[in-house]
Amino acid sequence: MRPASPPWRVRLSEARWISPIALLLLWELGSRTGIIPERTLAAPSSVLLTMAGMIRSGELPSNLFVSFWRALIGLSIGTTIGTVLGLAAGLSRQGDAVIDPVVQIKRTIPVVALSPLFIVWFGIGETPKIALIAFATIFPIYLNLYQGIRGVDVRLIDAARSFGLSRSEIIWHVILPGALPSLLTGFRYSLSIAVIMLVIAEQINASSGLGFLINNARDFMRTDIIVVCLMVYAILGLGGDLLVRAIEKRALAWRPSMVEARS
Amino acid sequence: MSEVVRIPLAAVRPPEPEPVVRLSGFSRHFGETRVLDDLDLAIAPGEFVALLGRSGSGKTTLLRTLAGLDGVEGQDVTVPSSRATVFQDARLLPWKRVWQNVALGVRNGAVRHHAEQALREVGLDHRLDAWPLTLSGGESQRASLARALIRQPKLLLLDEPFAALDALTRIKMHALVLALWRAHKPAVLLVTHDVEEAMALADRILVLDKGRIAAEERISAVRGERGSVIRALRAKLLGHLGLETDGGVYADLIGRER
Repeated sequence: MRPASPPWRVRLSEARWISPIALLLLWELGSRTGIIPERTLAAPSSVLLTMAGMIRSGELPSNLFVSFWRALIGLSIGTTIGTVLGLAAGLSRQGDAVIDPVVQIKRTIPVVALSPLFIVWFGIGETPKIALIAFATIFPIYLNLYQGIRGVDVRLIDAARSFGLSRSEIIWHVILPGALPSLLTGFRYSLSIAVIMLVIAEQINASSGLGFLINNARDFMRTDIIVVCLMVYAILGLGGDLLVRAIEKRALAWRPSMVEARS
Repeated sequence: MSEVVRIPLAAVRPPEPEPVVRLSGFSRHFGETRVLDDLDLAIAPGEFVALLGRSGSGKTTLLRTLAGLDGVEGQDVTVPSSRATVFQDARLLPWKRVWQNVALGVRNGAVRHHAEQALREVGLDHRLDAWPLTLSGGESQRASLARALIRQPKLLLLDEPFAALDALTRIKMHALVLALWRAHKPAVLLVTHDVEEAMALADRILVLDKGRIAAEERISAVRGERGSVIRALRAKLLGHLGLETDGGVYADLIGRER
């Protein structure tokens, strides 16, 4: 039974899309009347026009591709290393003893603070940018996978042992699926960190990519281009989130929340 | 010099089948505490044994030993390798569908087919592809029973499997367990603290106390015709568990005025 729909006045006052739209309208109004000067912040309409122009000229797609590629490569490397370390430390005592202390020490240093070292080591080309992203994304994956493996219900492991499953079968059928939700949480963090690191890495003397577009626009006070790039960063983040959601929907179909949502 | 006299066994007593479970003088310590203390236990093939005991009497430890979860450290323990356990909390893997849980670790061919058969036997073949977290308590235990059955165990260990179920579901599950036991004839060790359950199901009831078998009662009356012996037996068993009762009736035991 669906309750009778409330009067439109109530529905309108509770609608969540109204405040963002109102803000956009105020912004546009402010720009048109000259309260917000162009060099402080371009109007939404001119941002959209600029965006359309940048897409048509190919400037935006080509630079977006460069940035996307950096993030993807960095994320892949970081995720792989984080998974390997997490498995080694989570599944074996020796691995734990060797790996975990080092990771915990490293955790105290913000990755961003390492960028000068990375520039010294790798120069200012693609390598330091990808390395920075890769390095930063290792840790959420590692930490969550490690916790996930350690947190698997020991009663389930006992049950599997009582049915005569070997250690490798227990890892495959019990421990890894049990740790998967945590791993995906870690992956979600890694995705958003990859975008943050992308922004920071591209401030390092880039000659292409979204960061390069922003730096250039800053020099020419093109606030419209800056806002376009910010929007693209937001879309990258949103896309990553949708990706993880899609993976979760498939891989964690057994979870009560998923089960209820479908029944 | 001692002389060995050989007497043919058959001449002394009728041949008894080799027990499937045999522990003799089995002990287990956790630090200073003796959990199991010089314990002797034998279970014949196809025998239904109930193990009663208060909390801390060593029930869980004994069960873990029989289930192969704890090492026996070279002590004299005989347990069949084909054994299966049904736990109080069904312990189904939530990320595997019901039939995959039943088939867990089963290596012969048509696994799904066997799982389906086992689930049909426990009356759960309509939930073959369900996720375990969508099952009710009774259904989970049925799946858990199917998972034990599919292994065709010589020894079936039941670790308080009905304790978390409501009374009506429990009655149905008792009937199901008896039916399965009659059909497959495994030796059963039912760990429980429910005296009624033990008396209804078992051939023999053991009372575990302070790590030893403190008492043993064999029930010769056929299942379904035990009404006449139950009352005295209940009083006796409760006595072994440290509760003195005259009549052995629950209501009288609780309601008596001092």
